[in-house]
Amino acid sequence: MTTNPNVSGSLRNRLVLTLIGGAAVLAVLLFFAVRNYAAQVAQQGQDNILEASVTSILDAAALRDGVLEVDIPYAAFSMLTTPTDDRVFYAIYQDGVFLSGYEDLRLAAAPAQSDWSFTSGELRGERIRQVSASRTLVGLGRQTEIEVVLGQTQDALSRTLDQISRNAAFLGLGFFLLTAALSFWITSTTIGQLNKLTTSVTRRGPQDLSPFKKPVPREMAPLVMSLNSLMGRLDQSLSQSEDFIAEAAHRVRTPLATVRSYAEATLHRVERKENREALRAMVRAIDESSRAAGQLLDHAMITFRTDHLVREDVDLVELIRDLVQRLTPIAEMKELSLSMTGDPTVPYSGDPILIQNAVRNMIDNALKYAPLDSTVEIEITGKPEIKVSDSGPGFLPEEIETLTRRFERGKNAAGTIGSGLGLTIAQDVAIAHGGTLVLTNQPSGGACVILSL
Amino acid sequence: MKFLLVEDNLDLANAVSSRMRLDGHVIDHASNLEDATAFVETEEYDLILLDIMLPDGDGRDFLKRHRASRLDTPVIVLTARSQVSDRIGSLDLGADDYVTKPFDHAELEARCRAVLRRKSGSAKSTIEIGGVVFDPVAGHLTVAGETLSLRNRELRMMELFINAPGHVFSKQKLADRLFSYDDSVTDNAIEVYVGRLRKHLEPSDLKITTLRGLGYRLDHDH
Amino acid sequence: MRYLIALVLLVLPGLGWAHDWEDQLIFNEGADGPRLRVISSTDTVLFAPLIDGFVAQNPNISVEYLVSGTADINQRVRATPDAFDIVVSSAMDLQLKLANDGFALPLKDIETPSWAQWHQSLFAFTTEPAAIVINRAAFEGQDIPQTRQGLIEALRKRPEEFRGRIGTYDVRDSGLGYLFATQDARASETFWRLMEVMGGLDVRLYCCSGEMINDLADGTILVAYNVLGSYAAVRAERKDALEVIFPTDFQTIMMRTALVSRATQQPDAAEAFIQYLVEEKPVAQGSQLSLPPLMSQGESTDHETIGLNPALLTFLDDLKRKKFLSAWENAVIQ
Repeated sequence: MTTNPNVSGSLRNRLVLTLIGGAAVLAVLLFFAVRNYAAQVAQQGQDNILEASVTSILDAAALRDGVLEVDIPYAAFSMLTTPTDDRVFYAIYQDGVFLSGYEDLRLAAAPAQSDWSFTSGELRGERIRQVSASRTLVGLGRQTEIEVVLGQTQDALSRTLDQISRNAAFLGLGFFLLTAALSFWITSTTIGQLNKLTTSVTRRGPQDLSPFKKPVPREMAPLVMSLNSLMGRLDQSLSQSEDFIAEAAHRVRTPLATVRSYAEATLHRVERKENREALRAMVRAIDESSRAAGQLLDHAMITFRTDHLVREDVDLVELIRDLVQRLTPIAEMKELSLSMTGDPTVPYSGDPILIQNAVRNMIDNALKYAPLDSTVEIEITGKPEIKVSDSGPGFLPEEIETLTRRFERGKNAAGTIGSGLGLTIAQDVAIAHGGTLVLTNQPSGGACVILSL
Repeated sequence: MKFLLVEDNLDLANAVSSRMRLDGHVIDHASNLEDATAFVETEEYDLILLDIMLPDGDGRDFLKRHRASRLDTPVIVLTARSQVSDRIGSLDLGADDYVTKPFDHAELEARCRAVLRRKSGSAKSTIEIGGVVFDPVAGHLTVAGETLSLRNRELRMMELFINAPGHVFSKQKLADRLFSYDDSVTDNAIEVYVGRLRKHLEPSDLKITTLRGLGYRLDHDH
Repeated sequence: MRYLIALVLLVLPGLGWAHDWEDQLIFNEGADGPRLRVISSTDTVLFAPLIDGFVAQNPNISVEYLVSGTADINQRVRATPDAFDIVVSSAMDLQLKLANDGFALPLKDIETPSWAQWHQSLFAFTTEPAAIVINRAAFEGQDIPQTRQGLIEALRKRPEEFRGRIGTYDVRDSGLGYLFATQDARASETFWRLMEVMGGLDVRLYCCSGEMINDLADGTILVAYNVLGSYAAVRAERKDALEVIFPTDFQTIMMRTALVSRATQQPDAAEAFIQYLVEEKPVAQGSQLSLPPLMSQGESTDHETIGLNPALLTFLDDLKRKKFLSAWENAVIQ
């Protein structure tokens, strides 16, 4: 019997989700990293041009006769052309006083370390990038500081950024899809290793407890080692059980045989009726305990075998004929005869010893209850089905259900020796082969036990 | 019939031997394989009863050697182990049959008869007396040229009488012989069987005499 | 009487203070749809075919066409941007500064080459070179100068012939004139020498091409420098008397531009008008009195069309302008 394992989560799902999750996170990070870097580079580009422009304007400033002249070069503004025709603003201050340009373009608060400052701000409702620079001019005994502020809208920058964002997004998506595909593949191959091991475990025959020889990846080695040691222990335990059962049989029966032989011998020497009755009772008891012991041990062994059913190709008819031949002397002793009918040959794949044992129990049962001089009939058909019927008292209707449970004996069994395990054993064998045991009464009288495989 | 019993349990061996002798057979007893081998080499037996667990080895090895030396004496194995645990199929061992201890003597006897019937001819074992030919193995009684097949209990009763003519058998003795321990025996049952035998023997010189209070006796009328 | 004076005084601002438009005309007056107010520096006679074509296509729109000088247009639009829907001018620099300063409405759907528009708010629709126009009779038997240097030599050769009889823009008053002058100065120092020579010959200064052409036509002046060739060509009746020379040393080519005022009440109609200007090839109209169309960049490889880019702001800078004007005055006014 196998219970379904307690399933919690899935290795494959966990692996795939983790990998894909990781890939998603990385893709997003990649996107932002690329975008930020690109934004920096683009801004740097704009700043470089603004810087060049302001430099050219500052260079064109000169003091002539104490008067500041700024001859803005044509190139200063022409270099500020962008594909989106960004608007340009500028302002020239002398010693903090506005000289020319756009008055609302204020000087930035001058930072201490350099003459230059780049800032982003707003002018006339639009985002602009602004650079301020200053230069000190000396002439005619006076010093004067000229400050130039240059601003430009950032439409071109925005457009470049959008394009880069789009490309980065595609890159990120591509990376993600690729990684997702990769993670599916990796998961499959890794889980595949586990599946391979599972297959080789499943494919083993029920008796195969030999250690696993096939190569496995390093991480799975501890698992296989545990499995092998488990199977080793199981194998050992099983053979110990088998040995125990065999030994038990021998140890129980040998003394019983001794007691019986003595009882029998004594019976022949004793004349008095009550003594004779006592001895007969003793012998009956010994027989019963012997049979009980035998059946218990057989039952244990059969339970073991049915858990690990080893099937052979046999001919049921031949098997049963063999059995009948063996049982004929016993039947003859009771003046009963056994007759076999049915199909001439019935091939089947099953455990021959278990089947023989089951039918033997069925026949034993019939022989117990069959009346003198009658025939116990055994019919074998190709279903496959083995039917044993006698012309005895039959089963009591309510007993049919309970009779096959362990240790139950029918009410009609009074006075007969036999443990109740006979039909239980037969039923166990039937079930192990995927079949059933059915007890019925024949319409013409007598019991009928049908073993279907 | 000549039997060899190979069994190390002396009590059991004694019980079986005395029963066999009572039935008119000759039986030798070896309590180990060495002795058994010696017996087999010097004597010829009709049937060997072989125990599996012997002090100096496994009875199956003896069986293998026995078969290997082309001796086809039938062997019935006596085993205390179960069929299932030893995975013994009927013919696997090379034995002709097996009996599980403890066994009913009547079962042993029935099996011996069955094996002998199969294996050897009935020629050896017939008993001729008083115009009657009795083949205990085949279970045939030939009287005045007619051969009939005796049924089991008749057969055993006949065997008992014919092996000890003139001997008085009490009803008890006869009941012991005919019925197993779990059969319900009526007083009448013995008389029924005796009556049947009488009928069969009518044309012959053999007669079963009732001795009231004592039992029955087979007499040979010369 | 007092009432009459009061009335007159009240009305005067409307009449007198309001600058006289050079021209004022309403096209398709009876239309039931929007009224577009177009302020332009182009003479009506040249622009009318375009407007006629437009109202023919859009019969529900009426157009009020107002003409003034380029500098005046710039001032008016800055003062009252809501008074006009469309601003057309030949002073590319002033137009660009208007657009840069936020007075133009961006039109995203107009399809035109990138060099013919700026910031999707300023749209060029003609290509017109500056020319030297001469009185043919004055050069009878003489070599007709094909370059500026040639003109300098011609003027130096017969100074008395030309004293007081040459004309050019007063760059202090005319936006287009300033534009042409500054672009010339950028291109070569021949310009300054020419100015000095003309200054030494008591050159007449004009505010507009039209007047220059008129004086040229009636013989008041014999040479006009940096005149719009298109205007000269229009004067069909004096065609044989005048010669239009496109100097071969370098050409200064301007593009007439139009923008939609950000404060317009009729953005859709205005956009339709711009679209029409940009698409239509006035020459195709088959009229002699039409403006030269936009030339593609490929056609004008050896000529330099003034670039429609922020560099045009350079010469509009106060300091720079002062410097230029002072140099110009030194040269021209002696």
